[in-house]
Amino acid sequence: MAHTLNNKKSEILELWMKNQLADSGLRDDLISNKDLRVQSEELVNALITNLNDNNINNSESPDFDKVTELLGGISISRARQGFSPRETGNFILTLKEALLEILRQEPSDVNVLFEESLKLSRLLDNFTILTFETFIKGREEVILRQTDEITDISTPVIKVWDGILAMPIIGTLDSARTQVVMENLLQKIVETGSSIAILDISGVPAVDSLVAQHLLKAVSATRLMGADCIISGIRPEIAQTIVHLGIDLSQIITKASLAGALQYAFKSLRLEVKRSALEVKGITNLQ
Amino acid sequence: MILPLTKDTIQVYREQDVVPFRGRVKEYAVKIKMGLVGQTKLITAASEIVRNMLKYANGGETTIEIVSRGRDNGIRLTFDDKGPGIADIPLAMKDGFSTGRSLGLGLPGTKRLVSEFDIKSEPGSGTTVTIIMWING
Ligand SMILES: Nc1ncnc2c1ncn2[C@@H]1O[C@H](COP(=O)(O)OP(=O)(O)OP(=O)(O)O)[C@@H](O)[C@H]1O
Ligand SMILES: [Mg+2]
Repeated sequence: MAHTLNNKKSEILELWMKNQLADSGLRDDLISNKDLRVQSEELVNALITNLNDNNINNSESPDFDKVTELLGGISISRARQGFSPRETGNFILTLKEALLEILRQEPSDVNVLFEESLKLSRLLDNFTILTFETFIKGREEVILRQTDEITDISTPVIKVWDGILAMPIIGTLDSARTQVVMENLLQKIVETGSSIAILDISGVPAVDSLVAQHLLKAVSATRLMGADCIISGIRPEIAQTIVHLGIDLSQIITKASLAGALQYAFKSLRLEVKRSALEVKGITNLQ
Repeated sequence: MILPLTKDTIQVYREQDVVPFRGRVKEYAVKIKMGLVGQTKLITAASEIVRNMLKYANGGETTIEIVSRGRDNGIRLTFDDKGPGIADIPLAMKDGFSTGRSLGLGLPGTKRLVSEFDIKSEPGSGTTVTIIMWING
């Protein structure tokens, strides 16, 4: 059978291309017909050239390394380009159909044809599974990368005044996040020579003992750098929860709002925010 | 008598399972119109127990149920693990006791946060913690 298929390489490719192009789900917006043809041709060549009557039963044979590599690359790049699993799966499934069709055109005994189709099907099914596995891995990489990006962008350190830094924390504060938060904060303290850091936790959904512990650590680390740390944005429901849990935040300066923390910071830096003298005298129109 | 109305089971075996699990707990709490304070307490309690399960027992199975008792509705959470178990429960329930160099507030704190708390453990075969938060306390 391998021999037959080898002689019909170009027919297989043509039939497969026809199948793919006829598919209503063809994503010619994501991949040009020319690129699709190049990909398909490479895969047909790699498969047919290396296929023989021994390895057909073993999709993991080293003979198929090239096939596996090609399929892996195609799946990963499709996952990144935004192909759906169905579209990616169809790529290899339409190849299977083309191969079976070519096999059927050969004059041969029904039983033999059945046996051969079965073998070929199994082989291609294994490649399909591989395609999906790699496709999902590709997607997971995208997700991991996004997670990293989110961790990065969600922990900005803002210089709100000379000597005062503010860091709004949004989302769950797990160990990995805390590490990033702490590093960013400590580094910024050194860079700007700030003496007060405000950690605002308005955007943290829940403070359990783990999060509390992380906050306590962040506070001690800031103190070691010679700066004061204020925790602000403690919502009423969070305050109640912390009290019931039994977490002791009495050693830490806490404020309900970022404004409250800023006021405290101004005071400790002996800064004053005042209405302008003109307004105090009742002159509001400055034009 | 406590009647379960719905039941949902979630496996928690990795750190990444914690946030979705908490999200699910919140969904149910919102569904039965639990107040914001109750929700926050419940989610925090759930977070404590689920983290213990991950840290000391490599994870386990959680069940979220909407339960009713007379006119009151609530959420019941069950955490079932096949970990090493806890030999001395009264000790583990003490504020500040920890074998994990931590604050030792998880278990006792959780008990204070929720309406009902129950812990059963068999050294060598696992631990089951059940908590209920009633809407009307
Ligand atoms: N699911 C469990 N399986 C086995 N041991 C447990 C389990 N949950 C808790 N323990 C034991 O009970 C102790 C007390 O738990 P608790 O949650 O109160 O404190 P912690 O986890 O050590 O610290 P914290 O929760 O404050 O970070 C733990 O240190 C651990 O020895
Ligand atoms: Mg704990």
